[in-house]
Amino acid sequence: MNENICAISTSLGVGAISIVRCSGPDVIKIVSEVFKGKDLNKVNTHTINYGHIIYNGEIIDEVLVSVMKKPKTFTKEDIVEINCHGGISSTNKVLEILIIKGMRLATPGEFSKKAFLNGRIDLIEAEGINDLILAETDEQRKYAINREMGNLSKLIINNRKILVELQAKLEVNFDYPEEADNIEMTHELVRKELLKIKENLEVLLNSSRDGKIVREGIDVAIVGKPNVGKSSILNHLLDEEKAIVTDIAGTTRDIVEGSITLSGIKLNLIDTAGIRKTDDIVEKIGVDKSLEMTEKADLVIFVFNNNEEISDEELSLLNKIKNVQKIVFINKSDLQSKIDEKDLKKYAIIYGNTIEPDGLETLKAEIIKMFKLDEIKTKNYNFLSNSRQSALVSSALNSVNEALKSVENEVPLEMIAADIKEAFDTLGEIIGKSYNEELLDELFSNFCLGK
Amino acid sequence: MKYDIIVVGGGHAGCEAANAAAKQGLKTALITSNKKNIADMPCNPSIGGTAKGIVVREIDALGGLMGRVADVSHLQIKMLNSGKGPAVKSLRAQGDKITYPKNMVRVLESLEKLDIIEAMVEDLIVEGNTIKGVITLNKETYLCDALILTTGTYLKSKILVGDTSKEEGPHGEVSSKHLSDKLRALGFEIQRLKTGTPQRLDPNTIDYSKLTEENGDPIPLTFSFDLEPSYDVNKQRKCYLVYTNELTHQIIRDNLSLSAMYGGYAEGIGPRYCPSIEDKVVRFADKERHQLFLEPESDYYEDLYLQGFSTSMPIEVQEKMVHSLVGLENARILKYAYAIEYDAINPLQMYPSLESKIIKNLYTAGQINGTSGYEEAAGQGLIAGINAGLKLKGKDPLILKRNESYIGVLIDDLVTKGTKEPYRLLTSRAEYRLILRHDNADLRLRKYGYEVGLINDEQYNRLKMREKDIESLTNDLKTTKIHPTNINSSIKESLGIDKLNSGMSLYELLKRPQIKIDFLKEYLPNEYKKEIYEIVEIAIKYEGYIAKTNREVEKMLKLESKKIPKDIDYNKVKNLASEARQKLSQVRPETVAQATRISGVNPTDISILTIYLKKEYGKEDKHE
Repeated sequence: MNENICAISTSLGVGAISIVRCSGPDVIKIVSEVFKGKDLNKVNTHTINYGHIIYNGEIIDEVLVSVMKKPKTFTKEDIVEINCHGGISSTNKVLEILIIKGMRLATPGEFSKKAFLNGRIDLIEAEGINDLILAETDEQRKYAINREMGNLSKLIINNRKILVELQAKLEVNFDYPEEADNIEMTHELVRKELLKIKENLEVLLNSSRDGKIVREGIDVAIVGKPNVGKSSILNHLLDEEKAIVTDIAGTTRDIVEGSITLSGIKLNLIDTAGIRKTDDIVEKIGVDKSLEMTEKADLVIFVFNNNEEISDEELSLLNKIKNVQKIVFINKSDLQSKIDEKDLKKYAIIYGNTIEPDGLETLKAEIIKMFKLDEIKTKNYNFLSNSRQSALVSSALNSVNEALKSVENEVPLEMIAADIKEAFDTLGEIIGKSYNEELLDELFSNFCLGK
Repeated sequence: MKYDIIVVGGGHAGCEAANAAAKQGLKTALITSNKKNIADMPCNPSIGGTAKGIVVREIDALGGLMGRVADVSHLQIKMLNSGKGPAVKSLRAQGDKITYPKNMVRVLESLEKLDIIEAMVEDLIVEGNTIKGVITLNKETYLCDALILTTGTYLKSKILVGDTSKEEGPHGEVSSKHLSDKLRALGFEIQRLKTGTPQRLDPNTIDYSKLTEENGDPIPLTFSFDLEPSYDVNKQRKCYLVYTNELTHQIIRDNLSLSAMYGGYAEGIGPRYCPSIEDKVVRFADKERHQLFLEPESDYYEDLYLQGFSTSMPIEVQEKMVHSLVGLENARILKYAYAIEYDAINPLQMYPSLESKIIKNLYTAGQINGTSGYEEAAGQGLIAGINAGLKLKGKDPLILKRNESYIGVLIDDLVTKGTKEPYRLLTSRAEYRLILRHDNADLRLRKYGYEVGLINDEQYNRLKMREKDIESLTNDLKTTKIHPTNINSSIKESLGIDKLNSGMSLYELLKRPQIKIDFLKEYLPNEYKKEIYEIVEIAIKYEGYIAKTNREVEKMLKLESKKIPKDIDYNKVKNLASEARQKLSQVRPETVAQATRISGVNPTDISILTIYLKKEYGKEDKHE
């Protein structure tokens, strides 16, 4: 913990400025040795100081240096941030000099890790920071900030508090049975308290679906026969919204073609290989893969050609992906209709073509309606965002439900207290208050360098 | 004179330690400043209580004395929490303060290998880092291979009443002036603790018509697994309930500055769970009344103990306070309440065996380790006695785990977390309390008592018989089927609208919430003792919860098997939070599980430690 670490905190590439961040017990002293300007050892905390980085008599860069003394810093250690002029070479040179002077290059996520280890942030906040860095849309950013501020932590802490207070009331009865002035906890009293927690946790869980949408966006697969117009729909959507072209390498989403923002929520558009019967092995792999992608999507836009009859392959695929939400888009509405709507009556049907924008607008409106995107936007952002958190809340809720069942059966209260403690511990795990070996390694290795 | 083991102090810890040492065949001496005070109960007359009653059962299971002596020396006995579940049930007896010590001395005197010596120990003989003996106030020397200090409240004790203080122990006994200085010089951290005791009243001056009676249980009960009840349930003495009122509270508030604790005359830290009455009134200002108990101390003298009214107010104020209580308006105070301060060591300096980390073969037990309570003291004394013996025999110490006993929880808490106030056991301190029950103490521990020679063959066979009966009854329940046409009225009523499957086993039926084992007895092929039905019923009815606890235990044991090398340098473990580094260096936990329980050591620190162990020591469970 006592090492001095440094890293370039801004994204790599050419920008107006880039920042080298340093944290550790001696960073002020080390930077002051290569800084020409005020003596950084003597400046007040949380000040910005103008000067130059000088090494071996040579001016490396003209800089602004922020000095922040512990404990009111992100890591609760002394922090120095050097604002360099943009440009990789001078920034890299500054970094190199600091390392020569005895600092160590920070590992990914190490600043956050220090903040966590020094008690500055809890686990949810640490995860929130990671999300903030990766945020692409405004909603994602708001949500991440909300989480970094510890709102979700507070919610978890409050529920733990109710649990621990309930536990304490029970314990007093167990350990001081003869103190007649203490409230005798009955099954009925315990039930009331448990119902409160149950409701809280259920609300949290239900909103966590929305949390996932805010955080990860909605995966939309565009499916249909070859030449039905999938790609042109995709391109129209993307062009119009000046698509954020993502490249999420190494994930199963590497066929994401691009993303658009709809009501502030990210839609990840996935183009799939055409669906048709084939004996060609290579093509078959492609078709299987698109089927797999389609099943994992949050929404399927199934595209038909208005001018062609519905084929057996199309119908069988429609049936195969019955667990996914679907919108049927009947393309080429300007041509003569050969579609029998009877086969599609279960679905929301939108007619459109890629020449006029109306159909595409209706499609977007349907997506907003289907996922209640407008409501998500106005919600408080206190929800669980990743599967770890959701799983833990589910498990805590499980313990609460078991306790309620036992209350119903009038099982002795010390048994029920075991369920209550379990729920308490599980919620604690969300904010890193219980013991779990693998969690932190997993978490901190997911952080980007420099934050 | 040379002994294998010397025990200093004849209180509850000392008696158990001396018995455990002598029973292991080792030449043992018990040195006490006054033989009359052996097994003395200077405070509360109760033995047992919540969690503590289970400790007494555990002591009995291991071959200790407290339970069997209490069984023949009490005025009243009852099962606490009898209306609640099986895991929080606990026995409490009102011990007779004359008979209990007398019976204890009788047992000790019957031990061939034990000498009882009357002397005040004031100095220790240490060679290198090993204890070699003690020197008394009269400059007599007693040598030994292992020493067990159970000095109770007698280290530099000071009695406080209002602004007056006297340097003496309970009953005006001489306290040890120099022993704690010697310990400090050897490197022990000495802390100052405080406890208190209430007034004793003349029973002939009390208006009982205004008080509520508290009776013993109508069913005969024993702590011991080996004794049958030997008292008449109808001849138990009564206790009484008394309540404070607004007048009492006003008197206390008006005189707060005169109290030793509030007037700043005391420096010791008192227990939060057993506060003085002035503490209760100040801290719980909105409570309209506090409950007190009036309890007999003995059949051989008259004093009644006013439990819950401990105070360090001056005696004039105490008079007013007592007379403000309804029913006690004319009560005569025979002994005034007082607070007592004494020196204790920091238990973080002890190993889980209760041997000190500083001086080899030196063990401590009881209040010197920062605990309060006769039962906590006795439990530690027993373990210290057993382990001193095992050490001299070159064997591994007996370390009871948290999932095995309250005694294990107590000692682990002490040596892992330390304590800043007198430590009292609570059921809530035991995370596995669903399996640490009154009913199964012998099943958990008797085997250990047998292994070390404190439990004889007859006692051990009794355990084996019980185990056999439990198995046999469980089997009977599994193999006996019941038909819907043949159910008795109790079962029918309890089932309500529930239907009974045809040919269901009694075992399955017993799992139904409303069904009691009593309803099923008539269908069983064999008869058993009452306790056997009870223990089997608990195991079947709460199978799910017990299994849940056992899963938690598994997790803990996995970490318990990850040993931390004795030579680990925590300064070399990168990234540890500084508080964790300091605590780990101080406690030097023996296993990763123990490390997780240290306050100030967070999950992250544990992860970092585990990774370090893997990296530095390879397979972390291989080394010692």
